Amino acid sequence: MATVSYKDATRIYPGADHAAVDKLNLEIGDGEFMVLVGPSGCGKSTSLRMLAGLEEVNSGSVWIGDQDVTGLAPKDRDVAMVFQNYALYPHMTVADNMGFALKMKGVAKDERESRVLEAAKLLGLEDLLTRKPKNLSGGQRQRVAMGRAIVRDPQVFLMDEPLSNLDARLRVQTRTQIAALQTRLGVTTVYVTHDQVEAMTMGDRVAVMKDGKLQQVDRPLALYDSPKNLFVAGFIGSPAMNLLPARVVDGGVELGDLVLPVPRETTERATGADVVLGVRPENFELSPTGEGLTMTVNAVEETGADSYLYGSLTGVPHDQQVVARVTTRTPPSRGERVLLHIDPAKVHVFDKTTTERIS
Amino acid sequence: MRRPAGRNAPLDAAGWHTGPVPRFLSAKPDARLIPLPWGTPLAEWPVEHLVALPRGISRHVVRFIKVGDQVYGAKEVVEHVAIHEYRLLHDLRRLGTPSVEPVAVVSGRVDADGVPLDPVLITRHLDFALPYRSLFSPGVRHDTVMRLLDAMVVLLARLHLLGFMWGDVSLSNILFRRDADTFAAYLVDAETGELHDQLTDGQRSHDLEIARVNIFGDFCDLEAGGLLDESLDPLSLVETIESRYHELWDELTGLEEFSDSELYRIESRVRRLNALGFDVAELDIQTSPDGRTISIQPKVVDAGHHSRRLMRLTGLDTEENQARRLLNDLDTFRARMQLQDADESVVAHQWLTECFEPVISAIPPELSGKRDPAQIYHEVLDYRWYMSQREDREAPLVKATKGYVRDVLNTLPDEAMSRDVLVTVDGGDHRLINPYDPSLGFVDDLEGDEGPVHDPWEEAAEGIDAGQAEVLDVDALRRRG
Ligand SMILES: Nc1ncnc2c1ncn2[C@@H]1O[C@H](COP(=O)(O)OP(=O)(O)OP(=O)(O)O)[C@@H](O)[C@H]1O
Ligand SMILES: Nc1ncnc2c1ncn2[C@@H]1O[C@H](COP(=O)(O)OP(=O)(O)OP(=O)(O)O)[C@@H](O)[C@H]1O
Ligand SMILES: [Mg+2]
Ligand SMILES: [Mg+2]
Repeated sequence: MATVSYKDATRIYPGADHAAVDKLNLEIGDGEFMVLVGPSGCGKSTSLRMLAGLEEVNSGSVWIGDQDVTGLAPKDRDVAMVFQNYALYPHMTVADNMGFALKMKGVAKDERESRVLEAAKLLGLEDLLTRKPKNLSGGQRQRVAMGRAIVRDPQVFLMDEPLSNLDARLRVQTRTQIAALQTRLGVTTVYVTHDQVEAMTMGDRVAVMKDGKLQQVDRPLALYDSPKNLFVAGFIGSPAMNLLPARVVDGGVELGDLVLPVPRETTERATGADVVLGVRPENFELSPTGEGLTMTVNAVEETGADSYLYGSLTGVPHDQQVVARVTTRTPPSRGERVLLHIDPAKVHVFDKTTTERIS
Repeated sequence: MRRPAGRNAPLDAAGWHTGPVPRFLSAKPDARLIPLPWGTPLAEWPVEHLVALPRGISRHVVRFIKVGDQVYGAKEVVEHVAIHEYRLLHDLRRLGTPSVEPVAVVSGRVDADGVPLDPVLITRHLDFALPYRSLFSPGVRHDTVMRLLDAMVVLLARLHLLGFMWGDVSLSNILFRRDADTFAAYLVDAETGELHDQLTDGQRSHDLEIARVNIFGDFCDLEAGGLLDESLDPLSLVETIESRYHELWDELTGLEEFSDSELYRIESRVRRLNALGFDVAELDIQTSPDGRTISIQPKVVDAGHHSRRLMRLTGLDTEENQARRLLNDLDTFRARMQLQDADESVVAHQWLTECFEPVISAIPPELSGKRDPAQIYHEVLDYRWYMSQREDREAPLVKATKGYVRDVLNTLPDEAMSRDVLVTVDGGDHRLINPYDPSLGFVDDLEGDEGPVHDPWEEAAEGIDAGQAEVLDVDALRRRG
């Protein structure tokens, strides 16, 4: 068990004019499940590989527990990459498929067997131990692969897009299982994905990266409820947060044909008159009062009790598609106009110039 | 192109499929591939399109498909991986690495119900590749084993020199071909590969660690299946691979220091590298300020020292050790014909028409699938050597060829595409559960595997809806806090 710390860790690839990872500072707690997320090229894989020992650290350092591992060879770091390769050997039992690498390391037979059994119990594979892998389902194969890493009993698990080759169903199934398993095992885990839904459903905390820089690290709900800047606001959430251009005016912020009352101490933090209002789809509601923003509905998607309305707002540029999630028994139809109400307390305000949150 | 109409797929007036049709990404398209049943999952393809050749185990559905006289490897795999692997295999071949040749990626597939299917990556079947699952089997000679291990080590070092981190080195992902008395190894699965400018020591050691674990597992699996000679021990096999890799890497890249009285060591280093089959394109030579110490370090080395030379002289495309053998024969020819002063390429042409080609054209066509031409020539030379020893005079090439065909080649199995679906072990035959997929194991492996098992995880997963993959469930997040 161990903590992981990045201290100003920087990686500049040979010939590159900017850092792939730029002064990363990140503290990962003992037993924590930390997800690194961001769009392609943001530096998340490079960050993970610096921890694994696959990429050089040009400046700064990487620590596991109280040991500086910056210069250590990968095999001396006691970390395990999970899922890189999970070929199952047809002539070996499930137990041997899980434990063979321990044999290579010279771990005694009794010890091997007990570690395999323990892992199998955790993974619900106990009854399958003596079988050959032939009849295993896709999910069971995934678990045998996890078992391989678990029996090694490393200080840290590293996973880089482990689910990207799976179909959607197996992806949902496996992500739930990995998260549950990690909680039970309590082994510090660093997990890389480009998929924010995966990040938000799995991580204890999520670190959002962009252009080699850490944008925000927090618990999923905190990221969702108070994104630190426009990038995080737009990246986290699906459907994404609506980001609408607005202006600071007397008494609040003007959006389309409506003035939202926003406290003065918020608007005073803006560097200019231009701000961006962030509204989550579920923070719209069909206006009960006959007042609000007019939306022309382009499409409706019903999901259970809720409907997603897609359309444009009067007074807001038309290329700005807006999504609202509303609860109603009689959803509007295409082409219809509806009045939307926004609770000012649930609006996120960002400075347009600095892109930082000011609310 | 006419495709089987799907139940839900719209048809236009002429009965053509108007729904999505497969797309081919290909540099050298083979039109015969187009009409194949792409709307069917690969695992369910009618056997008329398939050949059951031995192959390594795989996670994806892999089949050999046959169009005319050409055989292709086909792998069903998610799109980004298929394209990544297709491009990497291209790059590797451009860089002259022994690897399978990518042919196409077929994407945009949908089944009869309009459900999308994963793309298929198509590679040209590597002829004369030997299935590793029988290479280490009981009765194998010790030096054969060492040569197989060396072939793997050379492949891995060559890839690392190019900046290629494989990420999934395993016996299944390597194909072996005969190369004179040794073997040449080919890369077959580039899915996890990454091409960098240069690898860090960390990346190389990570790749080597993956190789150790995977190959140890492969050997344990062969052992469990009765396919490994009893004298072989998985652990010492992988340790040999590791230590030979380090030796080779040091020779290829290591810094060597010596005093100014030992300048011949520069020449010896180059010769040693040549003997290993590498050319030195750049050698860094430095002298200490007092001029007493010299240090040398190869900066750029290229594999294929002999095969490139043979190719340049004769146009023959062979493995490295085959080339070495043929070049030796060429030198002997030159001496025997007293052509020392003639232009090298003129002599080479003469050798080709007077020695090589007559041997190859004397091979009955029905036996040509047993060995590739360069290997046949090498084996004929061996045969002639024994014949000459026996008869105590140099046997003519034509006569040796006839004897070789009669005594040796006739008795050999076909290796261009060996078709053994039965694997012979300990005198008994084991039948594969599925002749098209060795990953499932043998029929008799299944004993004791009947009956249902209790798997709580599988039960818990039953209600899962794939749609959840895309949507962030905020309410669940709030409940979690
Ligand atoms: N080996 C390399 N050599 C040079 N540049 C690289 C190398 N690997 C990555 N980069 C660059 O470094 C930056 C960060 O890459 P990295 O792979 O860490 O990002 P990522 O967020 O994991 O992206 P992806 O999801 O596409 O893998 C990118 O600009 C990428 O092009
Ligand atoms: N072009 C080819 N020529 C000869 N054999 C081939 C070719 N393509 C594939 N094979 C055989 O098919 C096997 C499986 O192919 P491949 O390794 O690409 O599948 P995979 O599912 O990616 O495997 P893995 O589980 O290692 O990821 C290989 O081990 C090899 O024996
Ligand atoms: Mg493979
Ligand atoms: Mg593969």
